[in-house]
Amino acid sequence: MAHADNSYYIPHGSHWPLTGSIGLFGIMIGASIWLNGSGIGPLVLSIGFAVLLFMIFGWFRLVINESEGGQYNSEVDTSFRMGMGWFIFSEVMFFAAFFGALFYARGIAVPWLGGDSNNFFTNELLWNNFTATWPTNGPDDLGGKFETLGPWGIPALNTAILLTSGITLTIAHHALQKGSRGILSMFLAATFILGFIFMGFQAYEYIHAYQELNLTMESGIYGSTFFLLTGFHGLHVTIGATMLVVIWLRCLRGHFKPDHHFAFEAVAWYWHFVDVVWLFLFIFVYWL
Amino acid sequence: MSDSTHDDHDTKPTGLKRWLFTTNHKDIGTLYLVTSLIMFFVGGSMAMMIRLELFQPGLQFIDPQFFNSLVTVHALVMVFGAVMPAFVGLANWMIPMMIGAPDMALPRLNNWSFWLLPFAFTLLILTFFLPGGAPAGGWTLYPPLVLQTGDSFPFLVFAVHLLGASSIMGAINIIVTIMNMRAPGMTLMKMPMFVWTWLITAYLLIAVMPVLAGAVTMLLTDRFFGTSFFNAAGGGDPVLFQHVFWFFGHPEVYIMILPSFGVISQIVPAFSRKPLFGFSSMVYATASIAFLSFIVWAHHMFTTGMPIAGQLYFMLGTMLIAIPTGVKIFNWLATMWKGELTFETPMLFAIGFILMFAIGGFSGLMMAIVPVDYQYHDTYFIVAHFHYTLVPGSVFALMGAAYYWLPKWTGYYYNEKIGQWHFWTSAVFVNVLFFPQHFLGLAGMPRRIPDYPTQFADFNMVSSIGGFLFGASQLLFVWAVISSVKGKQKAPAKAWEGAEGLEWTLPSPAPYHSFNTPPKVD
Amino acid sequence: MFIKLCKPLAFTTILMVLTIILVPEAQAAWELDMPRGVSTLSEEIFGLHRLILIICTIICIGLFAFVFYTFATCRKSQGVKAAKFSHSTRAEIIWTIIPTLIVIGMAIPSARGIIKIEDTSGAEMSILVTGNQWKWSYDYLNEDKFFFSSLDKASYEASRRDSGIDPTTVDHYLRNVNNAMVVPVDTKIRLLLTSNDVIHAWWVPELYVKKDANPGFINEVWFEAIKTGIFRGQCAELCGRGHGFMPIVVVVETQERYEQWLAGDLKWDSTAQQLVPTNQNPTSTDTLAAL
Ligand code: HEA
Ligand code: HEA
Ligand code: CUA
Ligand SMILES: [Cu+2]
Repeated sequence: MAHADNSYYIPHGSHWPLTGSIGLFGIMIGASIWLNGSGIGPLVLSIGFAVLLFMIFGWFRLVINESEGGQYNSEVDTSFRMGMGWFIFSEVMFFAAFFGALFYARGIAVPWLGGDSNNFFTNELLWNNFTATWPTNGPDDLGGKFETLGPWGIPALNTAILLTSGITLTIAHHALQKGSRGILSMFLAATFILGFIFMGFQAYEYIHAYQELNLTMESGIYGSTFFLLTGFHGLHVTIGATMLVVIWLRCLRGHFKPDHHFAFEAVAWYWHFVDVVWLFLFIFVYWL
Repeated sequence: MSDSTHDDHDTKPTGLKRWLFTTNHKDIGTLYLVTSLIMFFVGGSMAMMIRLELFQPGLQFIDPQFFNSLVTVHALVMVFGAVMPAFVGLANWMIPMMIGAPDMALPRLNNWSFWLLPFAFTLLILTFFLPGGAPAGGWTLYPPLVLQTGDSFPFLVFAVHLLGASSIMGAINIIVTIMNMRAPGMTLMKMPMFVWTWLITAYLLIAVMPVLAGAVTMLLTDRFFGTSFFNAAGGGDPVLFQHVFWFFGHPEVYIMILPSFGVISQIVPAFSRKPLFGFSSMVYATASIAFLSFIVWAHHMFTTGMPIAGQLYFMLGTMLIAIPTGVKIFNWLATMWKGELTFETPMLFAIGFILMFAIGGFSGLMMAIVPVDYQYHDTYFIVAHFHYTLVPGSVFALMGAAYYWLPKWTGYYYNEKIGQWHFWTSAVFVNVLFFPQHFLGLAGMPRRIPDYPTQFADFNMVSSIGGFLFGASQLLFVWAVISSVKGKQKAPAKAWEGAEGLEWTLPSPAPYHSFNTPPKVD
Repeated sequence: MFIKLCKPLAFTTILMVLTIILVPEAQAAWELDMPRGVSTLSEEIFGLHRLILIICTIICIGLFAFVFYTFATCRKSQGVKAAKFSHSTRAEIIWTIIPTLIVIGMAIPSARGIIKIEDTSGAEMSILVTGNQWKWSYDYLNEDKFFFSSLDKASYEASRRDSGIDPTTVDHYLRNVNNAMVVPVDTKIRLLLTSNDVIHAWWVPELYVKKDANPGFINEVWFEAIKTGIFRGQCAELCGRGHGFMPIVVVVETQERYEQWLAGDLKWDSTAQQLVPTNQNPTSTDTLAAL
């Protein structure tokens, strides 16, 4: 494998992909039987998770070692970049499905239940006392009365936090390119700390919503869209912050060169993506 | 890692490990192709059970619920297990060779894309043995019906997640390979049509598979976590699912047909000994079809109660797709026109494709017309439409591709006589199988029923007979493949007189690593 | 080669014709096309269907003819040499423009059709039709008439597995109900479709009406029958185990007999296949056949 500079690097075979599939398989079997009420579900699920984590560690260690060993030429680097870019695009489309559901509910389903468009009789005969409003938990008042989280409290603060974390990350990136390692690790640390603060606030809000506002997943279409959108976003923030921690540790170990740091950039793109999703959430879920 | 030696010599790892851990695009391609052939037989066996039950009116063999499960799983297996992986397999085998690359861009990811599939299908097929039986809500998974599925429900959802992940990773790999790994001089407009169509297909995949994942996730939370996306009482709407599903589903059918177009665009010029007519308009037509496919999804939902404006818009958009598709068909005809035609098996399948896909396309056009779609919708007319586009469409293209490239893969020609027999029996019986279904649909037979009013008896019997014979004919394909693997007649590097392209500059069988030093393209 | 091509084609045709002739089936209909229908819109929609069917068939035949002509004239075995051309802007413009025009030509009458179909205004009566797994219920709004309608007993029994009953001996197998929906002729009738559980679809081919019945929402359709008679259809959206066993029977009657039915003087007899006076001895012992 000493020919990194002239021909494309084809990695040798590896058991990690198969291990990953086995892990996922375990997770899915475990989750399925758990949902169906089987007592050993959580156990199978945990084993699956353990295998998956093992795979993630092993596979990434392998790739990091190969990368630090100088086996990846610039063409491989480009492949990774493109791959990451399209992966993020697929994530965008995943969120698009839920945003689509939100817009459909607000723009079509709820107004129709209120008698709009060609649905005069829907309202007249089935949901006679229902007027279309947003937020709503539907004509049957599913989950009972609830209040929503206003945009200008914690959500606005969280917006500021995430935007700031985007800036700190950019500063860290510039520092990396200039070779100022001290600033790099400081601002990188600031970034994921902001991420964890965000998650802390988010967790607090969820508890607040469940315990005081009676806003739950069961609160009709509002609760459904609210929790799935913010929940999947939160999951992505967690993953992103974890990845930030990983590259921070790598920075501390002296990884990455000013002109060769794909992993850093991939995580940075991911973080910015999570940031942009939040802006949409803030506007369409909390604010408007 | 014991086998971490240099991979730049033409040495293959051996034994089970070669297949489990491989990062080689040809090995992975072979894995995909073999899997898809197996899944074709699995899905086909279910189709045979369907046709057996429909052979006569009355319930003879199976319970209605099991019938619905068969229909559902038949479709899921054929779509996600047979046709899509087969095209990914072809992409793996051929794209690096066609663009002058050593391998796929992300080889380990490539291995993972494949090795998710067997697990996904284990989850799916397992459901037949669970309480409540396999999913029986149709492959379209409409709620609220699909929420009534028994214990197999979460298995279904997770299987779809795995299949989606596999497709997304495969598609990313294909895009990156095409965009980053082309040999110097291989400009975009010099790329073979097969590579072009796959590039566009891969974009479609990345854009819509996550949407499907989102849709089934909402099903999961509606069923288990009390959300009400699809429940009017909570302000949701069952039709919302249909919108999300078809936003995936319509591009999905083009995911199954665009690579076929690519295959046909390779085969037709080769056996006409004449360059592909209108290359650039072919590229633009493919791109237009892909673009339009995103904005016509609700033509599957005309009877759900859409407002007039929606119906008009989706009708017009759908009808427009006929135009770029027509461009493709006319270009193939113009390629054959004044060519030097010979009719080896791949060419026969390509011709069968063009003619019978057109039949399927025209019934599609008829269904786009709303006032009459009210009559066609959810009848056997639809079943006839999509089997014409999928069986003598996608599947014929796949068969043609296999015959075309088998000499390159194995180094030996297949038995031409068997190939010819395979084509003629398939082409005859597929029409006996699906043509009468048009009449059944028009006369009023709904789809997805295990038993039917007696006036539909005759055509159903014809269709079933055609089905059994078509199914049996597919055994000839296995024979033909074996005849090539065990080959007698050695194939030269350029196995077909009129074939053009980089893959034919490599020896047959192609070496384990395609182009270690990039070829010159002028 | 051309001759060789003809043989299998002829074989296909012969095979299809033979199966059609040989398959033993007494009441064979061999119906090839849509029923013409009995509603005020059906002629127009049927005409539209025929129009596009003919256009598509003609283009298809042209396509096939061209392909076979190519095969007849451009074979290597004839010693022709391949031409070298690979594009022609003029040809490409032609085969883009002409299909565009054809498509637009088809779209115009279709758009007109949609607008007529969706116009439920001026309906003289409304019936709320509800889908249930697996029977329909009919609620005549403003009248005191509500009933369930499910598969008739004879069909139900014959459809059991191992019932030993030959379905061909059952009258209107799977298209007969215990309680038919009765409506007056020459009257614009609005149906309000909804469901109590999963999605169903109400479809009667001869009335040219098919629409989904979605739980929690109401869809409107209308029809006006111009002939009396009995028209049959069935549920057209997969709704579970009994989806194939959810028929619809609409009896279109004169205004007078319709009113007698409303008043309870006439009732549907599923064995006699007609409305019979209520006090007459029933020929049917049909009860509610559940699946
Ligand atoms: C490979 C798969 C494939 C392909 C390529 C297509 C292609 C097309 N499909 Fe099809 N379709 C399916 C697979 C496919 N479909 C499936 C699986 C379903 C059912 C799903 C389910 O419900 O389970 C379905 C259902 C379906 C419906 C829904 C029907 C209903 O449920 O009521 C409609 C409606 O518009 C439709 C339309 C079309 C059209 C207009 C095309 C066009 O792309 C066709 C274009 C081609 C031509 C028109 C022929 C060639 C053109 C010329 C020679 C040019 C000259 C033409 C003119 C002058 C017009 N399809
Ligand atoms: C790529 C997709 C694909 C393919 C290839 C096929 C292939 C076939 N399909 Fe399928 N089908 C669908 C996609 C596909 N189908 C979809 C999407 C639906 C809709 C589902 C829904 O409504 O939800 C559907 C529904 C569907 C129905 C309608 C069911 C209903 O609505 O009630 C029927 C009925 O005839 C049918 C039949 C067949 C047959 C006979 C084949 C044949 O071409 C299969 C031939 C192959 C084999 C038979 C296997 C190989 C041979 C052997 C195993 C040898 C042994 C066999 C013998 C000796 C006979 N299919
Ligand atoms: Cu009710 Cu199908
Ligand atoms: Cu479609």
